[in-house]
Amino acid sequence: MTIIIDTGNRIAAKAAIMAKPAVVAAYPITPQTTLVEAIAEYVATGEFKGDYICVESEHSAMSACIGASAAGSRTFTATSSHGLLLMHEMLHWAALARLPVVMCNINRVVGPGWNIWVDENDSISQRDTGWIQFYCSSNQEIFDTVIQAFKLAEHEKVVLPVMVNLNAFILSHTSMPADVPEQRIVDDFLGSYVPKWKLDIENPITFGNIIGPDYYYKVRKAMQDAQDHARKLIPQISREWKKLSGYYHGDLLELYKCEGAEYILLSMGAIGAESKIAIDNLQKTGHKIGLARVRVIRPFPIEEIIALGKQADLIVIDRNISVGLEGALFSEVKTALYGESEADVHGFIAGLGGKDVTYKDIETMCTKAMKGKTKHQIWYGVEE
Amino acid sequence: MALKDFPIDECLLQGNAACPGCPATIGLRLVLKALGKKTILVVPACCTAVIESLYPATSFDVPVMNIAFEAAAAGASGIEASLRQQGKNDITIAAWAGDGGTYDIGIQALSGALERKTNFIYICYNNQIYSNTGIQRSGATPFAAWTTTTVSGKEEFRKEMGEIIIAHHIPYVAQTCISYPEDVYNKILKAKSIKGPKYVEILAPCPPGWRFGMEKTVEMGRLAVETGAWALWECENDVMTFNGKSKLLLEKKIERKPIEEWIKYQGRFGHLFKPQKDTVRLKQMEDHIDKIWERYRTCYLPH
Repeated sequence: MTIIIDTGNRIAAKAAIMAKPAVVAAYPITPQTTLVEAIAEYVATGEFKGDYICVESEHSAMSACIGASAAGSRTFTATSSHGLLLMHEMLHWAALARLPVVMCNINRVVGPGWNIWVDENDSISQRDTGWIQFYCSSNQEIFDTVIQAFKLAEHEKVVLPVMVNLNAFILSHTSMPADVPEQRIVDDFLGSYVPKWKLDIENPITFGNIIGPDYYYKVRKAMQDAQDHARKLIPQISREWKKLSGYYHGDLLELYKCEGAEYILLSMGAIGAESKIAIDNLQKTGHKIGLARVRVIRPFPIEEIIALGKQADLIVIDRNISVGLEGALFSEVKTALYGESEADVHGFIAGLGGKDVTYKDIETMCTKAMKGKTKHQIWYGVEE
Repeated sequence: MALKDFPIDECLLQGNAACPGCPATIGLRLVLKALGKKTILVVPACCTAVIESLYPATSFDVPVMNIAFEAAAAGASGIEASLRQQGKNDITIAAWAGDGGTYDIGIQALSGALERKTNFIYICYNNQIYSNTGIQRSGATPFAAWTTTTVSGKEEFRKEMGEIIIAHHIPYVAQTCISYPEDVYNKILKAKSIKGPKYVEILAPCPPGWRFGMEKTVEMGRLAVETGAWALWECENDVMTFNGKSKLLLEKKIERKPIEEWIKYQGRFGHLFKPQKDTVRLKQMEDHIDKIWERYRTCYLPH
């Protein structure tokens, strides 16, 4: 193992090339650019021997990944915000075509107006595409999750694309140490990619032609089954990687100091990391509160959240808004609990548009919730 | 190669779901005879997505990847990179797209793939309309033609896609027409033999779209060439050569037939003849074609 100190984007690029994709197709967008620039450097140094296609749009980036994956290659791309939204059609396509593309998305605000800072509305609005979605909270986790993403995507019972999300600037452009294993450890963990099906002149199959309702219905059900398999596999893969690398960041949730907790905070991404400091401080002042950092939202950690709801009242912080309803995690947590738990669920919107969310803000939100004052979702920190 | 010498193998199978008299299937037969079985087809949304037939059946004996409307060229770039990484250098990758998927929604991805020098053949079968969605105007629809979105006739002239492609300076660009099987076959064969991006556009007269009898498909293609509404040419390494009757037209060795000779058979131009002859628009059509050919002569006739 070698400790490197670098930005989240560059550590993601390092992980991606160590997974040895045959094809990377990408288009630059702030704040993802330093990730694809790092891959271009690996091409120049010969460290990356795959094909790097500099496409003319994100739509084409995903389309090229779809073509390369369908032809039997391991593929990787990265994007952010408007780039992810331009890909939207092809996100559905990759998932429905059951192609295990791996992608990093740097969570960035959606315009107008133009704003390059963090919130998670870009990837949250892609929840229904069939992609598995991880959210990272440190550069080490970015490295380990990108490697795990390939393992999960290509597993014969999953064969779905995986999106690894990291927050703009707070992770993408912040240097932190990450422990990088020997190449052979990654090679042994992932193995070479053996596609379950591919475009093959020896076996001329037509992929994606017109399909009637009965077969299409089965295709959708098979995707749901694959996500259900992924839900079981994520803990296995996390633990398998822990044995090899020593690093573990949780299963679908990362539970932090939840023993005996009467309140449990659920948060994601960089707020998830900041939440640990808030929990430490709140516990020091006698509050029985723990943290469940949500690492994966698709597949959604239903059973894990039910278990939390049976133990404690829940506090949810969303760095996104499903406009016209509420924060996505707040909705989904309540959905998971329906008929299973009587726990109170307190919801906060925070940090939209890149507004800073410090551990002190998180302490304030938790304190407010623990006083029982937040029946409905509160927009935290909005100037009246 | 002469028609009698074409391979007898068929990669487009019988029982496909095309309309009677379909020009796309004529084109596909010829193209696949020239490309052979070591071919992967990339098909965006277009009539061919229907011609392929309903899952789990297929009418192709080569592997086919369907992809979204605007994405054929980008998908082909990915396939090409993957096969090159696998050391499979003897497989032809051919995108097969309609004029809507080429002139309009797919032009960005196509231009990108050409500029990146993707080693593939992009084939546009041009029936001058969005036929699969039920006959709407495209950038390839000619002036005055009726479509469901140009009810009184299209007000604009079609764009010159072939020359837009030439501006990419790729090794091979060609225009052909399903009515000239040897021209189609030989151009595809030549494209197959060249490394790098290649573009071949095939005029494909569509009986239900153009409103003519299904027995007239081949004749409508021939008349398009003879009236100068379409040109057969190939541009190899930026050297332009006109072919067949288009060469004779360029060199003024034959006169082009009046445009009426082509459009009078097509219901989509019926409003130019009934209730009375629309001499204004007919003249605009003739003048436009004359202007195009004068420009061709200026640009492409060897001096």
